[in-house]
Amino acid sequence: MTTPQFSAMEPVLEVAGLNTLFATPEGDVRAVSDVAFAIARGETLGIVGESGSGKSQIFMSVMGLLARNGRASGSVRVTGTEILNAPVAELNRVRGARMSMIFQDPMTSLNPYLTVRRQMTEVLMTHKGLGEEAAAQASIEMLERVQIPEAGRRIGMYPHEFSGGMRQRVMIAMALLCGPELLIADEPTTALDVTVQAQILDLLMQLKRDTGMAIALITHDLGVIAGLADRVIVMYGGRIVEQAPVRDIFRRPQHPYTEGLLKSMPRLDEHGVTRLQTIGGQPPNLQNLPSGCAFRDRCAYAFDLCAAERPDLTSLGEGRARACHLPQLGEVA
Amino acid sequence: MTAPLLSVNDLKVHFEIGRRGLFGGARHVLKAVDGVSFDLRPGETLGLVGESGCGKSTLGRAILRLLPLQSGRTVWLGRDLARLAPREMREMRREMQIIFQDPLASLNPRMTAGEIIAEPLVTFRPELKRAEVKQRVQAMMAKVGLLPNQINRYPHEFSGGQCQRIGIARAIINEPRLIVCDEPVSALDVSIQAQIINLLMDLQAEMGLSLIFISHNLAVVRHISHRVMVLYLGKVMEIADRDSLYANPLHPYTQALNSAVPVPDPDIERAKPRVVLKGDLPSPLNPPSGCPFRTRCPRATQVCAECMPALERAGADHMVACHHAAMPDRP
Repeated sequence: MTTPQFSAMEPVLEVAGLNTLFATPEGDVRAVSDVAFAIARGETLGIVGESGSGKSQIFMSVMGLLARNGRASGSVRVTGTEILNAPVAELNRVRGARMSMIFQDPMTSLNPYLTVRRQMTEVLMTHKGLGEEAAAQASIEMLERVQIPEAGRRIGMYPHEFSGGMRQRVMIAMALLCGPELLIADEPTTALDVTVQAQILDLLMQLKRDTGMAIALITHDLGVIAGLADRVIVMYGGRIVEQAPVRDIFRRPQHPYTEGLLKSMPRLDEHGVTRLQTIGGQPPNLQNLPSGCAFRDRCAYAFDLCAAERPDLTSLGEGRARACHLPQLGEVA
Repeated sequence: MTAPLLSVNDLKVHFEIGRRGLFGGARHVLKAVDGVSFDLRPGETLGLVGESGCGKSTLGRAILRLLPLQSGRTVWLGRDLARLAPREMREMRREMQIIFQDPLASLNPRMTAGEIIAEPLVTFRPELKRAEVKQRVQAMMAKVGLLPNQINRYPHEFSGGQCQRIGIARAIINEPRLIVCDEPVSALDVSIQAQIINLLMDLQAEMGLSLIFISHNLAVVRHISHRVMVLYLGKVMEIADRDSLYANPLHPYTQALNSAVPVPDPDIERAKPRVVLKGDLPSPLNPPSGCPFRTRCPRATQVCAECMPALERAGADHMVACHHAAMPDRP
């Protein structure tokens, strides 16, 4: 399942048979269906999909952060330890220490009533048992590492006193305090301006090189994936529809949805202006998925079998897999 | 060359901030748009790009006189909009429309799609019979890719992309000449973005519309625009026809924006040279002296702190405001 260069090592995260359901007045909604994947040490896995594809809910299940009406089943192992539906006390030994998560909007994930110092030292005092002074010192060092100027002074400030980009740096610093083996980044740059996005992506790349931690990068932006990911999972309607090493996803997509996404993006490096190819129809409604393949009513190549039978995720060799009945697709120019 | 549809001259929109309470606080002036000039030709799309807080939405609204101007002129087909009587201005509004970023928030949740689309028509043509209104609304729905039998549905029953189509139908039902599109695809999924961009381009070709297309997404703006204007803290940094702006950006800010956009190709994205700007946008309440970009600019020198560079001609359809525009990329 993993690419050859990572396969020798034990995975940091192993997800198997993950199903996530939400109870609603209209019945259960299945946000994640039969998802299985692994992230090797030091690997960056990109998870792409549109809103409602289930990409975030996979990791909310992993972190034990599902909304109250949600429940997950299957298996989630972090460096070998099963943590899915583990008691909170057990989860808390893993969360923040061995894996941590950053979100799209740092303002809603930081506590507006507490100084950054208070929020950061708390992590180290809880997980590492440091005293307050030592924790503050380590926190300042981490803020310097994520390139916050005047970290010693600014650690005493409240979240609203930071700009959006600086807040995201604070989030990243907080997530890295205990030296996690896995950082889950859920749309970490989506709320930021493009010049600030570039700064944060640079920072993540640098941290990835220096610390060797694995990153799960959840995003809808294929450009962000292209810059950072080693391997990519494409989600549609709660399922993995394709996975492949990053170059193959862009050069030889094997699922019509992946191909459609790539062709529907206007690009800065396009030559002349051609009409954008679109994926017709609307994103799938999880409460009312079509029979067979969830993508079939938007797929230009759909045929009888697609309505009759849902295609399984099948290996194509070389670390690639896809869920599609079609013969293999050609190369993208 | 055809006469411009719209001529904007030294437009300024300033907001007064603070000054609350009995004795009043300190008075601050936020110069959201500060001396912007451009022409828009019939059938042309002008893209407005810049980071949040650069004044692009304020400019879009000020052009339509949805905001009061501090100073400057907006001339519509030879007539100064500021001098029109309110009644004349109302009549003029038929010709200029706007669509917004959040498609659901910009539609009244208590009105049906049909009522929403019909509203501008009924306002300007009260004499029309109900059957005729309905027939026109349905024709408009078909034109923007909605099913005419969805006429009695409410906004929440539509997806984001469909709501944006309702907003577009409402904007075009009176056959305007200009539509200001304020981040119309930013809230949409990638696959839906392309549908809306294609729809806007088709409508433009069919109806001869002029568009002012506001977006922070440079790739989308490149795709849809004929000319592009780059704004920073309320000032024009560069304005040029699409191809020269993207192939030969002269302003260091445009260059930085361009290089910051991630390209969906792993080989190009990992190899490309980047101009990574330091820091964030300065507060518009307290902008730097001289050129507002100088605090983040890799080329800034003493002169940049002293005076704002004038917008000067750098090519056939290319203007740039930079003291060092002629400098080579890598000194």
